[in-house]
Amino acid sequence: MHKGTKIIAIGERDGVPGAVIAECLEGAGYEVVFQVTECFV
Amino acid sequence: MNFENQGVIKRLADQYGPENLTVVLGNGEANGVEVFAETVTEGDPSYAGPLAGVALKIPVYHVLEQEVMNEVPENLRDEKLQLSSLVIDIEPMHQLLQTARDKI
Repeated sequence: MHKGTKIIAIGERDGVPGAVIAECLEGAGYEVVFQVTECFV
Repeated sequence: MNFENQGVIKRLADQYGPENLTVVLGNGEANGVEVFAETVTEGDPSYAGPLAGVALKIPVYHVLEQEVMNEVPENLRDEKLQLSSLVIDIEPMHQLLQTARDKI
């Protein structure tokens, strides 16, 4: 991933939630512009 | 991918430029990953959502791929992703997503 890219985090309820993806990527210095958790029920 | 999220991604691509965006997925299974990847690179394969016919060509990764994991600070990786990495089989998703990225 190139540095400076803005992140769209699309998590899944039965996988890794969007909030966790966002937290990890923000911790890595990326800007998260949208995060959501989809569920396939 | 549901239509609401497709609409948000389309708006963000208009706002920031698709070349400045990266999609990071958290799917638990490979089933569905290909559709997600196609939706944000080539357009909605169902031709029903806001991204139908819109080829944004946004690079797409899974959070557990090495390319992403290597970026995450070790403490967060251990605390937030380690358990998922034990139960989610990332290799089939990595292959699908690498193929999608190679087409961009």
